[in-house]
Amino acid sequence: MLKMKQLSKIYRTEVVETYALRDFSLEVKEGEFVAVTGPSGSGKTTFLTIAGLLEELSDGEYWLDGVDVRGLNDYRRSRLRNEKIGFIFQAFNLIADLNVQENIEVPLRYRGLGGSERRKAVNEALTRVGLAARARHYPSELSGGQQQRVAIARALAGRPRVLLADEPTGNLDTQMARGVMELIEELHREGATIVMVTHDPELAARAQREVHVVDGQVVDFAAPPRLVGGIETHQ
Amino acid sequence: MFGYYTTLAIRGLRSQVALTLLIIAAVGVGIGASMTTLTVYRGMAADPIPHKSARLFRPQIDNFGPAGGMGPAGEDGLQDRLTYTDAIALLQAHAAFRQAAMYATGLVITSADPGHRPFDTYGRATSADFFAMFAVPFLYGTAWTTRDDSDHARVIVITRDLNDRFFGGANSVGKAMTMNGEDYRIVGVLDRWQPLPRFYDLDASFGRPEDVFLPFTVAVEHKMQFGNVNCKKAGAGWDDMVRGECVWVHFWVELPTDAAAAAYRRFLDSYADEQRRSGRFQWQARTRLRNVREWLDYHHVVSTEARILVTVSFSFLFICLLNAAGLMLAKLVGRAPDISVRRALGASRRAIFAQCLLEAGLVGLAGGLLGLILTGLGLSGLHALVSDDVRVLLHLDALDVGIALVLAMLATIVAGVYPTWRTARLQPASQLKTL
Repeated sequence: MLKMKQLSKIYRTEVVETYALRDFSLEVKEGEFVAVTGPSGSGKTTFLTIAGLLEELSDGEYWLDGVDVRGLNDYRRSRLRNEKIGFIFQAFNLIADLNVQENIEVPLRYRGLGGSERRKAVNEALTRVGLAARARHYPSELSGGQQQRVAIARALAGRPRVLLADEPTGNLDTQMARGVMELIEELHREGATIVMVTHDPELAARAQREVHVVDGQVVDFAAPPRLVGGIETHQ
Repeated sequence: MFGYYTTLAIRGLRSQVALTLLIIAAVGVGIGASMTTLTVYRGMAADPIPHKSARLFRPQIDNFGPAGGMGPAGEDGLQDRLTYTDAIALLQAHAAFRQAAMYATGLVITSADPGHRPFDTYGRATSADFFAMFAVPFLYGTAWTTRDDSDHARVIVITRDLNDRFFGGANSVGKAMTMNGEDYRIVGVLDRWQPLPRFYDLDASFGRPEDVFLPFTVAVEHKMQFGNVNCKKAGAGWDDMVRGECVWVHFWVELPTDAAAAAYRRFLDSYADEQRRSGRFQWQARTRLRNVREWLDYHHVVSTEARILVTVSFSFLFICLLNAAGLMLAKLVGRAPDISVRRALGASRRAIFAQCLLEAGLVGLAGGLLGLILTGLGLSGLHALVSDDVRVLLHLDALDVGIALVLAMLATIVAGVYPTWRTARLQPASQLKTL
């Protein structure tokens, strides 16, 4: 589904070169739920933006759903991003002057879907996140948890091949975070491929697999311990 | 997607309202200033008879020679008008397809109806060809004939305004009108006709049009006074001015082809040479034949000041647009987070560029509408400051409105290209990280 091989990302100024990612290799299979962890500044978010085609890689290889993304022009990258990827951001990133339905429609508009197709997809996504009754509400009228659910609905509406989540519960209180995390896990059980960046070990522990990043490099592919029936196990 | 972009653009205008209003104000003020001057300039520079201006010619003859005469001459030393002698000679030669001698005169119109008090007005003494040559439209009747010219018939053509005033708009052809104490028979009533500038007599380029037209021969016979006259030597009375070397007759010819124009030039040269050989001119008299556009340029009907004013006002528009561009940049920078989200959700740079540029176009449209209001106010203000002659130019027509709106939209779109380009080039990742 997502394959990176010896990928590098270098930020250059006139005087210094900074490696945000170096020889970064990772493969995420279809239906996997992978947590990417690491300390601040380790390169987690850079990985996510490159995976999400928001930034170009400096070196290495990256295939997304079998497509080699190197050298694609902006239009094709945007198209690929629109069709294959759903983003869930820490700060929800809903557009304030659009209501819930219009927010969810945004990626579908850029895909060129007609009105009835859009409405159907929006209704399904909103029903899926339990907010069907809030379609006409504006983001400011929703709680943080509800906003994140709308963001998840927006990510789901276009039926992407992979969900990229960046600290999806970072801006939520414990109760809301639990609800959002349960929704993400539910999506995974239904077959969604999810890559979640987090610095929270508890959240990472709920993924199938944890990838630890330090100084822009993958240092560990350890499967996180999982609690099954109260007994700690390793996959 | 156009409909969607339009919706987004309208929403974009409603967000950051203060900035939107500032941009609209910057565009509107610039458009208002430039359109005010452009409207006046267009009025001055317009071709007054576009379908015939290349075929109507004004002949000039060097009547006064190197010594010059009394009164002003053109840049090339030639007088605008002809002497009566030359005008009659050219008329009688019939070397042109159509030809008309003319001069402006004052008239006093009286009526037997006690409801109409006598009043002064302007008349134009001219030849029968005047009307066909200048494609003058008639509401009732027709022009008089060349036979009327030669017979010194007391016939007149009046304007629609005078007909409305005297006859309540009814067909007055065949009725009599008393001018300077003599009765004249009305043979035609003109429809609306006011070429601007009044190319055929630039003594009052934008002045009030004449109310009455009468045969040149009749006016001269009745010694109807003329306006500007330049003489080689100071004259003494009517006969000296008519028979002597005094220029006062405007003369126009219609030459339908280039060949006819070339032939007429040769004819003019030949005529001037003949005058030299006969001893009337002691110099090699130059001649000129200018069409309407050349004639207006020769007379600087559009003054250098007017051109400078237009240039200055368009420079002001440019400065306003630079300000608008800066404000647009600020507005778009403020919306960078939303734009980054759209990029993350699949909008290409091209899509963002189109959306923002459409918004710039809508701002331009709003600025254009404001500019039109300001133009109207500007022209109203000028009404109070300028002479009657120029006042006639101070109006907005449909073309002005179209120019203002298209100019505003295009100019704002051009001004919006850089801010839009910058916005479309935003790295969404850098914005999304900070959200």
